[in-house]
Amino acid sequence: MDLNDGTAPERHGGLSRRRFMVYTLAATTLTVAAPLACDSPSAQGAEGARASDVLVTGTDEEMLVLEVTAQNKVVVRLPRVEVGQGITTAVAMMIAEELDARLADVDIPLADARTKGNQYTGGSNSVSSLYGPARHLAATARAKLVTAAAQRWHLPARTLRTWNGRVVAPDGRNATFGALTEAAARIRHPAVSDKPKPASRHRVIGRPTNRIDARDIVTGRARFAGDLPAAGAKPTVVARPPTVRGKLVSVDDTAARAMPGVLAIVKTAGTVAVVAESFHYALKARDALRITWAPGPLAPLSDAAIRSRLKAAVPRSSTPPRGSTQVQGEFEFAFVSHAPMEVLTAVADVRADRAEFWFSTQTPMDARDSLAQTVGLPASKVRVHVVRGGGSFGRRLNFDAAIEAALISKAARRPVKLMWTRADDIRHGRMRPASHHRIRASVSGGRVVAFEHLMASVGESFDGKGLAAQGGVTRAAGPLPSDSGLYNFGRVGGNSGGIQLPIPLGAWRSVDSGTMRTAEEVVVDEVARALGKDPVAFRRTTLRSKAVKAVLDKVAAAGHWGRAMPTGTGQGVAVHEEYGSCVACLVEIDATDPKKPRVTKVVMAADVGTCVNPRGLEAQLMGTAMDGISTVLQAGLHIDRGAVREGSFADFRYARQGQAPLRFEAHVMPSHGEPGGAGELGVPAAAGAVANAYARATGTRPRRFPLNF
Amino acid sequence: MRSYSFVLNGKPVTVEAPDDMPLLWVLRDLLGVTGPKYGCGVGVCRACTSHLDGAEIQPCVVPVADCADRTVTTIEGLADGDTLHPVQQAWIDRDVAQCGFCQPGQIMAAAALLKRTSHPTDADIDRIENVCRCGTYARIREAIKQAAAASPPAQG
Repeated sequence: MDLNDGTAPERHGGLSRRRFMVYTLAATTLTVAAPLACDSPSAQGAEGARASDVLVTGTDEEMLVLEVTAQNKVVVRLPRVEVGQGITTAVAMMIAEELDARLADVDIPLADARTKGNQYTGGSNSVSSLYGPARHLAATARAKLVTAAAQRWHLPARTLRTWNGRVVAPDGRNATFGALTEAAARIRHPAVSDKPKPASRHRVIGRPTNRIDARDIVTGRARFAGDLPAAGAKPTVVARPPTVRGKLVSVDDTAARAMPGVLAIVKTAGTVAVVAESFHYALKARDALRITWAPGPLAPLSDAAIRSRLKAAVPRSSTPPRGSTQVQGEFEFAFVSHAPMEVLTAVADVRADRAEFWFSTQTPMDARDSLAQTVGLPASKVRVHVVRGGGSFGRRLNFDAAIEAALISKAARRPVKLMWTRADDIRHGRMRPASHHRIRASVSGGRVVAFEHLMASVGESFDGKGLAAQGGVTRAAGPLPSDSGLYNFGRVGGNSGGIQLPIPLGAWRSVDSGTMRTAEEVVVDEVARALGKDPVAFRRTTLRSKAVKAVLDKVAAAGHWGRAMPTGTGQGVAVHEEYGSCVACLVEIDATDPKKPRVTKVVMAADVGTCVNPRGLEAQLMGTAMDGISTVLQAGLHIDRGAVREGSFADFRYARQGQAPLRFEAHVMPSHGEPGGAGELGVPAAAGAVANAYARATGTRPRRFPLNF
Repeated sequence: MRSYSFVLNGKPVTVEAPDDMPLLWVLRDLLGVTGPKYGCGVGVCRACTSHLDGAEIQPCVVPVADCADRTVTTIEGLADGDTLHPVQQAWIDRDVAQCGFCQPGQIMAAAALLKRTSHPTDADIDRIENVCRCGTYARIREAIKQAAAASPPAQG
């Protein structure tokens, strides 16, 4: 496609430092394109380059492309993945808004892996990075459609309006966008403004809107990688060792080969894979393999040793300010599985001269390069189709299963549909690293004069083989202690250390903030207690940002902070600021039985700047509330002599309905500011509020998470 | 290998399968019915939840032999043609789904609950054990109550 008609760069409503270019592509139907910036100012958030932001890569070369088809559909092939966060709905809303199209006429398929540009989904940056380009794109398309209609009807373009996917003339004549698309494709200079609407005229953006794929989901039509009949790929599973990264010593597959439905058994990637006519046959044959495994490199280690090594790796404390008294605590967080409901699944069809893949991935470009290298083909011969994912929470930043599937398909010389079992995912998959935190608030004259957060977490060591070398994104750098300056705490400092273990790790929703900020919010409560102040009142006087104070006030009012509650129950509160957004959470807990606490109510308030879809934001906050409940109260992984003890949702106790709050409320703060990030935002506030509520209900000081483990 | 016949989503089907083959893989791999999802294979996450003779089952732990000459309903068969089941409609109205992977199972579990108890209490809803990793539980609770409100009051 040739680029032509490059319009002059234009400013975007003063909201952004970026400039937006919109191009028209040579095509018979109206097709416009806008480059996507690699990182938006808001993606950096208030905290600068945190680990979750640093992962953003790419250049300005990639385009977001919008086509109006003759069938009256508006199609935008999205260079992001939908994993439940609602990005396809949010982008459809932006497009429908500026085009005056019906939401139902906007299709947002997921783009295949590209060769360049920014196709990264993560760091809660999707809405903020797409908000400008998507609206400019649609506004340009609208201007051209209007101009085409004006020419057809010999009317001044300014007299025409757009409504429900049509251009409408004052005399009632009207034409669908589909009927105008060919003519609009030839318009070089629109006769009406091609700028996005001012926020005051938004009718779609900001209106609570249901997911565009809701009907497909509730009827079972939504398809995930394992549901695709792609390439005639056959069900495939892999045998895995009892310990993390255990080594294959020998295998006798005689019995397995003789079993019904078995198509191929191949040794590759340090494991044995079974390809069969059904997962039933594949799993049975896998169980019939007689394999000798050598213990993995983690084998001597269990939780106690990991915990003590982490504690020892925490950097030394500095000398507290003279004359201050210390409020301090040491906190431990266990490993946590991402455990998305859809287990890792990848369809691979590797041939001698080309390869094709179908799987859900947050990093399709990295995946494509790695897959090409894995199978020994040039990247140009490798196609990666990005499929909607059944949850991710960071898990699909890595593409372990696709790499394995590639090797198996190549070895078996047939298309394979590889599925990790739930036990595979929990015992050998990635996890949020365990960490140890030493936090000290120095109090003098009734206020905090210094705040220090020292920590150590587990880093993944690589042996150049096995899972560790497979599957993409690793942590950009060691975690940095929080330096957000969220509170007016005088001298704020920190340092981090770590230990390296051969264990598969991955960024987990909210990354380091999920542990660091959670622990800090517990300490903030303890400082308030030491000063004899109410946790909300104390925060209100020490928070720096008006926006954070506003969300705190919102949950305090809406959640009736301070209401009388029976013994054994209590309220807790916490705040967080990141991704250019902020959030507060108020939790009520019934800890009458401290071993079986029940969060009974959650009230959250978020300021994410312009909120494209308040219903989607509420859903994201609801999800982070469950993450907070789960990780603080009950869900984690144990390491026993080099193996993960848990193996399913029976023992990895992510919260179910019986642990969910009976009442959940989310409040979206009105704002016309630049959109911030929202997908990960709520985790630290929710986790902190659950911990603080538990502390107040039980009179304990929570230190080791999850608390009931 | 034996031949098993049952009614699937209103239509008779016959499959050749070993008697211990879980219904889940019969549905997904032999019949191409992919609404019921694999989430654990051991009956604890309940993403595959479907109905056998109208009652809730987890097809990942129900062998096909147990389904012979009975009626199996998956998410694909819950609606009456284009008319959604009240639970499906409530799911859309409350915008319950996020990633959507567990939702066929959640919907089938809710529909089965409402069949047993037309006006379930919070305690009844709490006993639904289907895992939703996206954490949509609050909207699931609302949707079940909406669907219950749409049905006539319980008989004395």
